[in-house]
Amino acid sequence: MTRNKEPWIGQAVPRVEDAALLSGNARYIDDLSPVPGIKHVCFLRSPYPHAKLIDIDISAALKMPGVYSILTGDDISAITDPLVSAIRAPVTYYPIAVEKVRYVGEPVALVIADDRYLAEDAAEVINVTYNELSAVVDPLEAIKAMAPPLHEKVGSNVLHDRQFVYGDPDNAFAEADHVIKLNWRYPKQSATPMETFGVIAQFERQPDRYTVWSNFQGPYILQPIMARALRVSGNFLRLISAPFSGGSFGLKQSIYPYIVLLAAASRISGLPLKWTEDRLEHLMASSSAADRADELEAAFASDGTLLGLRFKNCVNVGAYVRAPEPASVYRMHAASNGCYAVKNISIQNTLVSTNKMPVGLNRGYGGPQFYYGLERMMDLTARKLNIDTAEIRRKNFIPKDQFPFHAPAGAIYDSGNYSEALDLLLKLSNYENIKQRRKQARAAGKLFGIGMGAGVEPSGSNMAYVTLAQTAEERKRAGGRSGGTAVASVTIDPSGAVSVNLDSTPAGQGHQTVAAQIVADILGLSPSKINVNTALDTGTGGWSLASGNYSNRFSSIVITSLTRSAEKIAMKLIKIAANILEVATEDIELVGGGARVVGIPDTAIPIERVAAAAHWDPVSLPTDLEPGLSDIAYYNPDVLASPDKEDRVASALTFGYIFDLAAVEIDPATGRVTVDRYASVHDVGRVLNPIIVEGQIRGGFAHGFGAAMFEELSYDDNGNFLSGSFADYLCPNASDLPHLEFAHYRTDTPTNPLGSKGMGDGSSMLTPVVMANAVADALGCEQIDLPLTLNKVWKLIQERKIK
Amino acid sequence: MKTIEIVLNGMNRSVSSEEGTPLIYVLRNDLGLTGTKLGCGLEQCGACMVLVNGEPTFSCVRTVEEFEGCVIETIEGLGNPEQPSLIQKVFAEENAAQCGYCTAGVIVSISGLFAKNPRPTDKQVKEVLCRHLCRCGSHPRILAAIEKLRGQKLDE
Repeated sequence: MTRNKEPWIGQAVPRVEDAALLSGNARYIDDLSPVPGIKHVCFLRSPYPHAKLIDIDISAALKMPGVYSILTGDDISAITDPLVSAIRAPVTYYPIAVEKVRYVGEPVALVIADDRYLAEDAAEVINVTYNELSAVVDPLEAIKAMAPPLHEKVGSNVLHDRQFVYGDPDNAFAEADHVIKLNWRYPKQSATPMETFGVIAQFERQPDRYTVWSNFQGPYILQPIMARALRVSGNFLRLISAPFSGGSFGLKQSIYPYIVLLAAASRISGLPLKWTEDRLEHLMASSSAADRADELEAAFASDGTLLGLRFKNCVNVGAYVRAPEPASVYRMHAASNGCYAVKNISIQNTLVSTNKMPVGLNRGYGGPQFYYGLERMMDLTARKLNIDTAEIRRKNFIPKDQFPFHAPAGAIYDSGNYSEALDLLLKLSNYENIKQRRKQARAAGKLFGIGMGAGVEPSGSNMAYVTLAQTAEERKRAGGRSGGTAVASVTIDPSGAVSVNLDSTPAGQGHQTVAAQIVADILGLSPSKINVNTALDTGTGGWSLASGNYSNRFSSIVITSLTRSAEKIAMKLIKIAANILEVATEDIELVGGGARVVGIPDTAIPIERVAAAAHWDPVSLPTDLEPGLSDIAYYNPDVLASPDKEDRVASALTFGYIFDLAAVEIDPATGRVTVDRYASVHDVGRVLNPIIVEGQIRGGFAHGFGAAMFEELSYDDNGNFLSGSFADYLCPNASDLPHLEFAHYRTDTPTNPLGSKGMGDGSSMLTPVVMANAVADALGCEQIDLPLTLNKVWKLIQERKIK
Repeated sequence: MKTIEIVLNGMNRSVSSEEGTPLIYVLRNDLGLTGTKLGCGLEQCGACMVLVNGEPTFSCVRTVEEFEGCVIETIEGLGNPEQPSLIQKVFAEENAAQCGYCTAGVIVSISGLFAKNPRPTDKQVKEVLCRHLCRCGSHPRILAAIEKLRGQKLDE
């Protein structure tokens, strides 16, 4: 089978999504009204971080105009079961408060009315009697014996505690010339997509079934959890995603409790219901990355060789542990060596509940927190041992001849050449010149610093990595878990038109464009001839547990299922064409919108005619061919196996890598940090579409920069929430973002047919630590926490003066 | 209920709505113009921007009765897939949209800016863009699109 001479893959094909987006024609969840008679929902939410629910008096509210029904935790828990997670601690999690509230913003009552205004008016006159309890928000305070327990049945606020050992860290630390210890706080942050959550739910009888439209992003492993909570078999919970989603970055995983809530409320009320989250609700009560109180000890030889690492991760999951948590602390687990060849690692993971909003997926998912420790450590150690920050990394890098590299905790790094990629970064940033300028600036009394960071980007997750939260024995009892299956289908209709369905639920990543490029190459068509549908419908389309938009799975795994499906269709087209042209299948090629005998343009027959035979004239087909032209491919990479007895797991399929460098100057009078230079090198393997890859790289940097400099979901010590608007939760705008210089270093992955690695988290994982490293270098300080606000940096400058 | 007269995307419209309703809900829910997006409801993100008498204006807080007699343009009035405005064309060329949720508001603001001044200064551009949040990080590409637009005729 011959492909187009110039493959579409790799070209800067303009995005097919843009025409609708730029003209206001794209349909997002709040733009949809899929059934008539929809009523509107608002929530009464807890103003208290921790309180017993004594009484909820809805009598006055029910008399308000336009109100149909008001439901509370008692109503919902009567017809649903709690939402489960991989954590075995007895934490009962309903999507609405039952008996107790545990964070500010937790739903207490659900009001159904003709419109949102009327619903909010009614919510205001619901009279709730709370019995306030003392609250705790700090994870290290929460684990103390005197701390108020959130979940009495657990007995403390420690929901999970596991210790892992790989290699011989005790020996490594005993033999080390230097042991360096760091502890730090990582703030609670959110990628805050511009579009908030939206859910439309309808319950129908006979058979009793739920249909839900939403901007849920997956993973669809949560679908069985929702169905179980709603007490229906999976086929009676149909999830349909909106055609467009206004950004997600992981956040829209956490819609699923609201899907259960709206579905249950639809059943009780007998009405189709819609809820669109407002911004305050989103900031206060949707989801976020976890704040952490972590500690890292590292053992080094005198020459800077990294001998061992001891991680103590203390993760604040908030008021409830909500699946797929505790995945945020296990996502990086199998790659705890980062880019380095270190063999001896111990990890302690402690999950703590506090009176904060529950956590979940957020761009980089556990990566920013993980690299904050490891890459602060590398910069700090370089300074202590008087080694160049680039060279201490190079010394410890996994050598290029060791790929595929088996990491101590089980990750299998597919490909790379870290030393050459580092060279590219040093060249791109003009490192020698920057160092020279740092010297001059310091001689002139200025505060100038350089920070660096290196990290791998696990992509295409193994759904089983979260089962590391269980012991090998528990995993055995629970039954096998493995894989990260992707699903794609290709169909050609009687007119020869090609349709593709994907299970990747994109939220701005241009999957429609890239999928069309891939299929165009295989079928010998122009991408403009291919219609790609990404609005997943579990009732009619193919999906599996790993379906969804997370862990950069599109360009690592989904493309393989798509390639396989398209190749099967191509083979069928070839067989039909060979039959029509009366030649052998080996003699047929698909090119230029049709099939022909290899190299003989005169024999070409258009794809429309080939496809027509499969639909209009099935009797003419060769006897081994079924009628029609449709294929669905389920694909799982075999390498994504279950964790082994030693708790090693191949946690993801591809491990692209990112090396970043920042140079900053700080105004000693104000603490203002000015970025002098920011450079970033990425190995994403083969670039499928440079427009889209660049968009992802710049977007990851923007999120990382916001996280480094501005962003924190703040609570006071009593658990009151302080960041309820974009005036309080500051995100970078066009004036705040410094220029990003980036370059690609390419080593194709052998794990898929196109050679592309997963990408998208990118610098969102590294920019936070790289900026901290640069500021710490400028100020000569060791202890530094994010975000690097003016106030915080100014304080560090004052401390420096005192020293 | 109150009825007001506006010129919406070039057409005279009588709009009846409950008093106190922010303009965006009338546009989206009553008039079906869903291209205007709600991002924060507090005039802090710019997703809801529309042109009112040529001025970029937040539509998420101010109530519809404040707009009696105004000429209002939404993203739908600025161009369509068959006949995109130059700004929409350049945004596509510069790949300035990712998820697209903030994009309509940005295009509206930029349209207002360029209608008054085809060669805005950097400071004027930044003043306009500071009213818009974009979490996909498309800022550099939006700036590149604006750079390209400077000095080009918008009504070609």
